[in-house]
Amino acid sequence: MSTATPPPVRRLPLTGTDAQVIEPAEQPTVVMPAGGAVPGAPSFVSAPRRKIGSSPLAVDRMHVEQLSIAYGSKLAVKEVSLPIRQGEVLALIGPSGCGKTTLLRSLNRLTELTKTASMKGRILLDGEDIATLEPTALRRRVTMVFQQPNPFPMSVFDNVAYVLREQASRRPRKAALQGAVRSALERAGLYDEVAGDLAHPALRLSGGQQQRLCIARALAADPEVLLLDEPCSALDPASTQRIEELIVALREQVAVVIVTHNLQQAYRIADRVGFMYLGELVEFGPAEQVFGSPREARTKEYVSGGFG
Amino acid sequence: MGGEAADEAVWGAGVSTVAPPPPTAPPPAPAPARRSARDSSASWRWTDRLGLAFAWFLGLTFLAVTAAIVIYMMVQGIRYVRPELFVTHPAAGVTERESGGFLDPLLGTVIVALMAMAIAFPLGLSIGVWLSEFGRPSWLARVTESTIEMLAGSPSIVFALFGTLIFEQGALAFLSRTNDGVVYGRSFFAAAAMLSLIALPLIVANVREGLQAIPGHVREASYAVGKTRIATTRRVLLPAARPSVVTGAMLGVGRIIGDTAIIVILLGATLRFTEAGDVPLLGTLKGTGSTLTTFVYANAPTGEINQPEKAFAAGFVLLSMVLALNFAVDVAARRGRRWS
Repeated sequence: MSTATPPPVRRLPLTGTDAQVIEPAEQPTVVMPAGGAVPGAPSFVSAPRRKIGSSPLAVDRMHVEQLSIAYGSKLAVKEVSLPIRQGEVLALIGPSGCGKTTLLRSLNRLTELTKTASMKGRILLDGEDIATLEPTALRRRVTMVFQQPNPFPMSVFDNVAYVLREQASRRPRKAALQGAVRSALERAGLYDEVAGDLAHPALRLSGGQQQRLCIARALAADPEVLLLDEPCSALDPASTQRIEELIVALREQVAVVIVTHNLQQAYRIADRVGFMYLGELVEFGPAEQVFGSPREARTKEYVSGGFG
Repeated sequence: MGGEAADEAVWGAGVSTVAPPPPTAPPPAPAPARRSARDSSASWRWTDRLGLAFAWFLGLTFLAVTAAIVIYMMVQGIRYVRPELFVTHPAAGVTERESGGFLDPLLGTVIVALMAMAIAFPLGLSIGVWLSEFGRPSWLARVTESTIEMLAGSPSIVFALFGTLIFEQGALAFLSRTNDGVVYGRSFFAAAAMLSLIALPLIVANVREGLQAIPGHVREASYAVGKTRIATTRRVLLPAARPSVVTGAMLGVGRIIGDTAIIVILLGATLRFTEAGDVPLLGTLKGTGSTLTTFVYANAPTGEINQPEKAFAAGFVLLSMVLALNFAVDVAARRGRRWS
């Protein structure tokens, strides 16, 4: 069954062991940063985070180079350059309409669905320009989770199996996909809750479960980069916490980019933070630095709640 | 589910655009929606209160008229309908006893509905999907839309007349009876082809609205895992829009079985099936017949047969069919699932 597994992607093993064997994710630790409160920084900067510092094994997966995106004549993203690394969570923050979602959507060419959108600059995925890739192939390597939980109107199993099957095909049959579906649901931390009834209609799950199913769906394609567009904004605090823990655990396997309006959330889970304002990437750096001692005045004003 | 907002889109609800011919489900009184019992109209200006009272009056009147029609037809129908009418061929006769049953018209109704839907459903589904999901080039989509709207607004007698022009052409002689080189142009084929045109706009409109009610991020979620537009439509969008698709199809059937003009002109409205040729089924379909609507028309007190009891019995059966369809539409629309 060659179609049972997604097309092969170039994986960079991060550890000495076989990369295909995915260990159950360790519970992320909640750690108090050393040094106590930083003067002038927002109050949450001394709050607990879900892990310490950046992973020492960070590997570059994507490079955004001088990217500009315009809708018609309106420039939404202005000459943005940044790296996206496996082993790190990159959070994009900024006020509404600053271009962070547009930047995120350009990473798997979803911006092309908007007729008026035009793009300048380059985005590289493992050294290849994504403009040269087939969009469907690219989107299997760079998958996305949306703001609203949007499982498809089918069973939990079929939601994941749909991604594994070839386009509109119904093959391979269920039996051949059991393992892959289970693995995706496990990685998204949903398997234990739905194991008893994988035929359950996905739209009858709770909001948080639906969103984790969407993450499972995005992981089923075995992507190199996972994009998350405000994945917790429609969820309650308990579900948000589960998904944050999941994101932190996932960064070992995939490069994670998350757009969020919630600064505390960005601080809790991100290793690197990009602050965008009016289409520009104003500041990009480690989360502690962007929140604790921002270089730019606009960043400082934004993270301390001055505007936005 | 914590994330459910008050403004969530309810799937498949409120998608029917055109009411089926006989008034059935009583419309809700068009009073302004009241938030709670506390929000009483006592604090309104007197002109607004007068308007509210007028709206209630109109709503209740309309409801009463509708109920009166349905109840009267039901009572009359139950008085005259007998089991043997369903299995007896109609016959020419001057008394209720001689004139037989309505087996042929009943079968005729079923046959034209099946044939017309066999044409209209695939066509309407494809047009609805194309308009909603593809629609390029946009000028062609606009032309298609206005054409469909024009079809929706045209009286069926116009289609019937047009049908006689088409099906009397020599090239289409194989679809009806031919006498001495003259193509008769009346057959189940001809009637079904034209009847499909009156069901088409309903199917297109419902399919399209059902698809457009699906939030854009659901489509994008499918594209975002590498699926093509066609795979997304086939596996995600059409299953999600199924309640609307079913609604459109059933409203279409309701229109077809309720139509009279096309049957009179293109099916011949003969009392019994009149075969053309010797091939068993094909002969029937090439021949003429009638449906319950033309049977009622002929048996009504003003009709040429004038057997009102038969007309009421057949009318009762027709009304029951349409009511059952409407009930099915309600069930289908309510079964819709939702995204928050």
